[in-house]
Amino acid sequence: MSSDPTYTTDLPTPMAELVEDFTAVSEADRLQMLLELSKELPDLPPRYSDRTTEMERVHECQSPLFLAVEVERAGPSDPAVRLFFDAPAEAPTTRGFAGILHESLDGLSPAQVLAVPDDAPYRFGLATAVSPLRMRGMVAMLSRIKRHVSADELADGAR
Amino acid sequence: MSLSHDPADKIAQYAHPERLVSVPWLQENLDHPDLVLLESDEDVLLYETGHIPGAQKLDWHLDLNDPVTRDYVDGERFAEVMGARGVSRESTVVIYGDKSNWWAAYALWVMTLFGHPDVRLLDGGRDAWLATGGEMTTTVPEVEPATYPVVARDDSVVRAFKEDVLEHLGKPLVDVRSPAEFSGELLHMPDYPQEGAMRGGHIPGAASVPWAKAADEDGTFRPRAELEAIYQQEQGLAPGDEVVAYCRIGERSSHTWFVLTHLLGFDSVRNYDGSWTEWGNAVRVPVER
Repeated sequence: MSSDPTYTTDLPTPMAELVEDFTAVSEADRLQMLLELSKELPDLPPRYSDRTTEMERVHECQSPLFLAVEVERAGPSDPAVRLFFDAPAEAPTTRGFAGILHESLDGLSPAQVLAVPDDAPYRFGLATAVSPLRMRGMVAMLSRIKRHVSADELADGAR
Repeated sequence: MSLSHDPADKIAQYAHPERLVSVPWLQENLDHPDLVLLESDEDVLLYETGHIPGAQKLDWHLDLNDPVTRDYVDGERFAEVMGARGVSRESTVVIYGDKSNWWAAYALWVMTLFGHPDVRLLDGGRDAWLATGGEMTTTVPEVEPATYPVVARDDSVVRAFKEDVLEHLGKPLVDVRSPAEFSGELLHMPDYPQEGAMRGGHIPGAASVPWAKAADEDGTFRPRAELEAIYQQEQGLAPGDEVVAYCRIGERSSHTWFVLTHLLGFDSVRNYDGSWTEWGNAVRVPVER
């Protein structure tokens, strides 16, 4: 780990690019980027849209956030992690954090997701723009995602 | 020049009706040159998604907390924050926010530490404005900065520190957290960081009165008679009592501090902002479960 907050070489490419985008602009513009990502967070697919109670609630987020993680293992291609989030429109910061993780991690292989360092949420230069306390929600989301993927890997190994 | 008080019946019944305004009053006074409207939310981006026309953002973390020490900003920084928003010592400031005004009440309480003379809450906050179909905008107003004096923060009247609470033990304490936080059972939930508290439970002798009891279903404050039933009849508190309110970090208890002080007229209520994140981590302080 490096003490340089903009260190990106240990991040998967989409996440490294997003970190570079965020850290290239002012704090005020970072908030605007977070807001854009909150708006772009994809809607839940129909199979989840009326089943949010079955999805995992991430309690560390200040607002309710529901998370589902799938690992696609169909066909000859590499397995791919798929992420599904839902958070209310009145919680744009939580939606924005989910948007960052979706943009950064959706479609990666399980190994790539598991290799994401736990401090990655702090690389986006958001801690001072949104306050360190609020960053906890994104740290918690990342750890939940990794735990789901890890459990799926174990189950797959046993199959 | 202060603005008129809201003459609405419900508001006139409170002990300090000059501290609360309704949506119709705000609609009527929105363009008044001496009014400064501030939005203070839990979510740091909610203001950007749309706010009441003319409102400016006041963030509890970024604007009111010291970035290094766990404390509020000092008089100089507070003067900058206020001045940049066009607030002078003479301005009438109205604050509103999300979650039934948790963070708005917190901001109002911090402004009280600096003795701002005229600061009010919008009853029901952001949701009340939206519920009446009030206009929202994403346009950030351009304001003429004002000169706000550097006023020393006075922590002696409405703020309690841990040492004050230790001396206060035996007198009324109001714990405004959820029942599960009060009982301490939340600490046993798996994978839940509990905001870092090492111990669960409550300060000995505290009464459990979750903050939301003071709010009606629409997020506005309950009428005075209902509030008296909750705090005075049920809990046996009296307006002359010295009371300390606390929660997790002092935000929800600011809401209760506002209710007891401004709506019910208690004259000695302090908010313990260290709250459970300090008490639940402090060595050898008494904890009750």
